[in-house]
Amino acid sequence: MTVSDDPGQTSGSPAVSELPEGFQVATEEGRLLAERLADSGRHARKLLEVKNLSTRFYTADGEVHAVDDVSFELDYGETLGIVGESGCGKSVTALSLTRLVPDPPGKIVSGEIIFDGVNVMKLSKNEMRLLRGKRIGFIFQDPMTSLNPTLTVGYQIAESARIHLGMTRKEADDRAAELLGKVGIPRARDRMRDYPHQFSGGMRQRVMIAIALACDPMLLLADEPTTALDVTIQAQILELIRSLSDEFGTAVILITHDLGIAAGMCNRVNVMYAGRIVETGKVDDLFEHPRMPYAWGLLDSLPRLDEQRGERLRTIEGLPPDLIDPGPECRFAPRCGYARDVCREREPELSDRAEEGHLARCFGTEPGGWIK
Amino acid sequence: MATRSTTIEGPIPERKSSGLWKDAFGRLVKNRLAIVGGLIVLLFAFVAVFGPFIAPFDYKAQDLVAVAANGNRPLPPLTDGHILGTDRLGRDLLSRMMDGAQISMTVALVVQVVVILIGIPVGALAGWFGGRMDNVLMRITDVVYAFPDLLFIIILSVAFRETWFGRALDGLFLVFVAIGIVSWITMARLVRGQLLSLKETEFVEAARAIGVRDSRIVARHLLPNAIGPVIVAITLGIPGAILAEATLAFLGIGAIPPRASWGTLIEAGNKSVRSDPHLAIFPALAVALALLSFTFLGDGLRDALDPKLKGKQ
Repeated sequence: MTVSDDPGQTSGSPAVSELPEGFQVATEEGRLLAERLADSGRHARKLLEVKNLSTRFYTADGEVHAVDDVSFELDYGETLGIVGESGCGKSVTALSLTRLVPDPPGKIVSGEIIFDGVNVMKLSKNEMRLLRGKRIGFIFQDPMTSLNPTLTVGYQIAESARIHLGMTRKEADDRAAELLGKVGIPRARDRMRDYPHQFSGGMRQRVMIAIALACDPMLLLADEPTTALDVTIQAQILELIRSLSDEFGTAVILITHDLGIAAGMCNRVNVMYAGRIVETGKVDDLFEHPRMPYAWGLLDSLPRLDEQRGERLRTIEGLPPDLIDPGPECRFAPRCGYARDVCREREPELSDRAEEGHLARCFGTEPGGWIK
Repeated sequence: MATRSTTIEGPIPERKSSGLWKDAFGRLVKNRLAIVGGLIVLLFAFVAVFGPFIAPFDYKAQDLVAVAANGNRPLPPLTDGHILGTDRLGRDLLSRMMDGAQISMTVALVVQVVVILIGIPVGALAGWFGGRMDNVLMRITDVVYAFPDLLFIIILSVAFRETWFGRALDGLFLVFVAIGIVSWITMARLVRGQLLSLKETEFVEAARAIGVRDSRIVARHLLPNAIGPVIVAITLGIPGAILAEATLAFLGIGAIPPRASWGTLIEAGNKSVRSDPHLAIFPALAVALALLSFTFLGDGLRDALDPKLKGKQ
């Protein structure tokens, strides 16, 4: 038995009586999940441990290695940023965590995802369904298309509470109204009967947040939650996510390509490139001493306040590599100004840097490397 | 730390909350043709239900004396209280047409119920599951589609004519079911196509992400989004069914005498169209009017429910 780290808990306790209503256990992991759902007092060491996760897409052109051997951890209540340019595997990582990768063509080919002590990869389809929404909330990128146009927003918020908390229609409606008020929508009671098209983009994203938080999840996956919104609304939405996650103690994985957002919101940041984590560290360390030329490039390409008028924005030359059958070399080497022969021969491992918990995947910045 | 002033300050003006359906209805009533069509459809429906009570005569009562006095010829319109005249047996044409309206409207209803009961589940299963399920169901659909409709209905009618099933509802039940069985293909293909595109939408992913069961996603999240085209298909399918019934009646399949559908009346009138044209013209007009009304209503519904038109007009 691999139940808990809490010594007071007897492992292998009779689970049947503890099962939440409607929960059918198909696997040992499922029984564990059921116990977690029934008694949220017990926790594992980490909220989330991802080990060697690889997700591929089987397309007509070949296997796309969208997420390649990604490992990271998340503490309870922590906010982790995942940054990187388009197509680097940020969203697929998030989808993989809840096993929502469209299959076919996608498939998680290897790896372990331990969420609150439960191995997500071993859960049955039905057990997985009970994890989503209840323990893991999801905020999608585009609030315009993520809400069902034919259902009232009240129904859509209440649905999660009805499924997972066993609430009646009435109770769930009360809960929905409370949440809608919490995300800052005035006259929540009345607006519940409205349809998504009667809300603006920012308000729809607030509704999405209310849906994601309907069951007090332990983890909130926010996949570019503000990309589709203008800058002022963006700030409001981020502030809302932060204040609510503080209030509920929810851990957040914030996926963004905006380094400014990551710097302002996160405790730690993973930089992803071409399906791999290339650098990870506490947000201050990473932004003050980036240890990987790609991270420099990202930081350099931000517009600056002290920019000379007429000066062009710096960009990283070239395009990300084709993720079908990537070679053995460092994936950033073709675009890297510091690359040497060794970079083109083999790929460096993620290795420790000076600061605690700061890792980078670069020969040049390894101790004794050629980059200062 | 920024302040948490995420709510909008000040009083909020009251605003009439309008839903999708209200909007659609608003657009529908602005479409004159659709409203005229809808009113005529309502009139036909009213006649179909209350026909026997408001008809001037019993549909099978014969005024043989008057016919004999007319030299054994059908009475022309506007004689002896017969507004549309009588047939050769002295039966009031208007009353018979009102009874026929009942048959035609029942066709409209029952056939569409059959279409919904077969077409929507088949289309939904094929579209949602895709792959092998889709292949099998769509090949079955193709086979039914490739079969000659009229021949199939005739074979079915003849084969079951003497059974209880063939006699139910004066022989009409069989006709309805036969028409329904060949008519669900369009609906199945429509629903499948709708689901194929809808299941890729982000709100489906969002529903999955909060742990909604697949069956519930299809029933509560997808089908309501496909309801617009389905309603339009139903309204536009009704004239087809009425016409199919009339065609069958014209061929002598369907209502058992003395009941007569519009098709039967046209067929009977057609025999004496030179001497007594009113016997063919009025039932034909009724069919034409019903077809036009349903088509106008269907077109209006299509425009009203089309989301691309939102905010226009």
